[in-house]
Amino acid sequence: MHASSRFHLRNILQLATSFAAVALVLASIVLSSSQPAKALPAFARKYGLRCSACHESWPMLNYFGQKFKDNGYQLMNDRDAPIWQNPGYWPVVFRITPIWHRVSVGKVQVDTYTAGALDGGQAIKRISSSGFDLSGLDFHTAGTLEKNISFYLLPSSDPTGAFHFEQVFVRFDNIAHSPWLNFKLGRFELDNLLSEKRILTLTGNGGIYQTYHFIPQGDGNIFGQIGDNQLGIEYLGHSVDDRTRVSASLVSSSDGNVNLSTTANAYTGFFTASQAFDAGRLGVQRVGFYAMAGEASTYYLTSGGGVPIPGSGIGNKSFTREGFVGQFYAGPHIGLTVVTQHGSDNAWFGQGYGNAEATDGNGGTTCTAPIPNGCPPNNVPGTTLPVGSQSPSWNGATFEGHYIYSPQLIFIGRYEVEKMSQQANGSGYGVTTLGANGFTGPMPSNLGNISTYTIGFRYNPFMTSRAGLAWHNEYNWLHQDGTGPANLTTGALTNLNTSEILMGLDFDF
Amino acid sequence: MRRTLGMWSLLLGAAAVLALPSASWAQLTTVDIQTRIGAESHIGNITGHAKDAALPYRRYCVGCHGPLGDGNGENAPYMQPPMYQQPRDFQLGIFKCRSTPTGTLPTDQDLFDAITRGFDRSNMPQWNTLSKQERADLVAWVKHFSPRWANEKPGTPITIPPEPEVTPERIKAGRDVFARVQCWKCHGVQGMANGPSASTLTDDLGRPIAAFNFTDGSRPKCGDTDQDIYRIFMTGLDGTPMPSFADNIKPDEAWDLVFYLRTFMAQKSREKEIAKGLGLKPVDPNAPVAQQ
Repeated sequence: MHASSRFHLRNILQLATSFAAVALVLASIVLSSSQPAKALPAFARKYGLRCSACHESWPMLNYFGQKFKDNGYQLMNDRDAPIWQNPGYWPVVFRITPIWHRVSVGKVQVDTYTAGALDGGQAIKRISSSGFDLSGLDFHTAGTLEKNISFYLLPSSDPTGAFHFEQVFVRFDNIAHSPWLNFKLGRFELDNLLSEKRILTLTGNGGIYQTYHFIPQGDGNIFGQIGDNQLGIEYLGHSVDDRTRVSASLVSSSDGNVNLSTTANAYTGFFTASQAFDAGRLGVQRVGFYAMAGEASTYYLTSGGGVPIPGSGIGNKSFTREGFVGQFYAGPHIGLTVVTQHGSDNAWFGQGYGNAEATDGNGGTTCTAPIPNGCPPNNVPGTTLPVGSQSPSWNGATFEGHYIYSPQLIFIGRYEVEKMSQQANGSGYGVTTLGANGFTGPMPSNLGNISTYTIGFRYNPFMTSRAGLAWHNEYNWLHQDGTGPANLTTGALTNLNTSEILMGLDFDF
Repeated sequence: MRRTLGMWSLLLGAAAVLALPSASWAQLTTVDIQTRIGAESHIGNITGHAKDAALPYRRYCVGCHGPLGDGNGENAPYMQPPMYQQPRDFQLGIFKCRSTPTGTLPTDQDLFDAITRGFDRSNMPQWNTLSKQERADLVAWVKHFSPRWANEKPGTPITIPPEPEVTPERIKAGRDVFARVQCWKCHGVQGMANGPSASTLTDDLGRPIAAFNFTDGSRPKCGDTDQDIYRIFMTGLDGTPMPSFADNIKPDEAWDLVFYLRTFMAQKSREKEIAKGLGLKPVDPNAPVAQQ
């Protein structure tokens, strides 16, 4: 090695030392000035607990938070009633998320042009779009009206500011001093242990649980979506330590739509039970099940030439959803939640009957004329099921894992799969023209199957007792069989892949 | 070139030296506490380790008790006594709810029970949702804040004799004990926390503190079984004006007092029925002690 090389090496070493020193100094400054995690708004302000006390990572509840919720948003410390609060206390939190995201849809049928003009042709293209955007706005307000009487009110808007009431209920807790007697009335999320309303992901497809919303292709039953808030009454019972939980809900089969919508005369029951076990160093594990059984109308009285009359639904048909739930932990850092589902709809739903709403999201209908000019199919007297119609059924599962580095940093990974086990149009399906469910002939066995994964992390650089902020990063990929545009040459169904990458600042105050 | 690099190293070294005190300023006590990170607790056959409780403590406890366990968490300023009590200062190693004599350290089980049970009329909830292992780890973590555990052993739990049967005579005898040891001075003659001394009570740190109101339906902080109530006045609530009466009340008298206190409580009880039948009147604070 000659002299210049040795000098060069020494310079590199000195520079490396300097960089290391700078890094050390910066690290010490950062460490000494970093803020500790603090409490989250509303309940945190009331009780002085950090957000992490109740949330695995906000908004997802941990076991303690679940118990707090099950107690009617009470710590049960004789200081729960609002009379004990500072008169200036106002239990309101708002949440909104400015984001940047890039959405890619694998196959879209587009027009083609020749010499600057439409040439009447079509092509299949991938469309990717990106840009800055906004989530909707949530105003959460919840708490106690009196000891053992609690409420929740959540006016929520879409990104354009169009509001609706996402959640509204009053709860009576610990009736007769028993944690086994709690009731609530209003619009609420079903008692899902893996709560979609507290989901940690935000993308279009990753921001919901596919298992909670899966509907077979062409199926008209929108009422079996256990992820949607529902209108009804719920009984909840739990042990003092919340290890054992049972619940039963009776809800209108309206998918939460107000104003006694078209299917208001039908009801759905939803039942859950779960048991938690202390597994030593692994933590507390929980297993349980849920079952939903309901009916919804397929026939509606009409006026004005076929427009459904709200509240006139009859001809109820049945549907069921059932599955297991497991919440498993491997110490304080690693968690895995599993939800399975078997779903089945009556054959009428499979043929597209059921959803007369063509919903405007508020119990009304956007339908202004009978099919084929816009309104959904109506099972009017004399209607018969096509030969080969059968009850669609399917199986699904959600696996969501978390690595909790600290209460301020969580990594999320999720895989979901939904597979049809029986299609609505069986092998002998006799309709060769477009059927009521939009398909001709037998359906491929894999039509509508979904597989999707989502990965991401949320980092809370700080939290205070007044506000919270999470730097959110996420990627979702979804594949669905047979829902892409038909092949332009053969007319065969094609598969569709979509993906989304999202970065945002999820804040609440 | 070499001189420039040397200058840089010097400047960076100086910056690092200047930065270190600011980084370690708040860490000095932490360093001291860290020497006890090997603290353990023993709950039945479960061994808790302080080192395993860092994350749960940060998740659940630090907001009130503070990173140094001194009760100065970010929410402590908003807990104003007497309506809310300030979070416990673990560094002092003084605890209200013990099975051990006054002035001694509590047992691991006492701390475990406190975490599990929580404290009514405070912001300390029941942490019974945590696994036993997590709670045992947190007990060890609580212990590692105070040097007392390094130098002292927990006291020996007091012996609680079997609970006798409730009789009218025992309730009347309990009333006599209530008068003799002047419980009414703080708790009031009807247990409503309105005795003549009630408004002047402070804890050992000089902060206002309320006497327990037996009549408003709330549960005693250290448990609401008869044994718990017996234990409270035989061990005292260290750090508060509630002393131990172990030297003033015999075990049998202590049970009498438990039964009499039950007559104040809102919950239905046999003691209340008997007292009603007896037409028992509150003690008269103005009467000579023998006639109260």
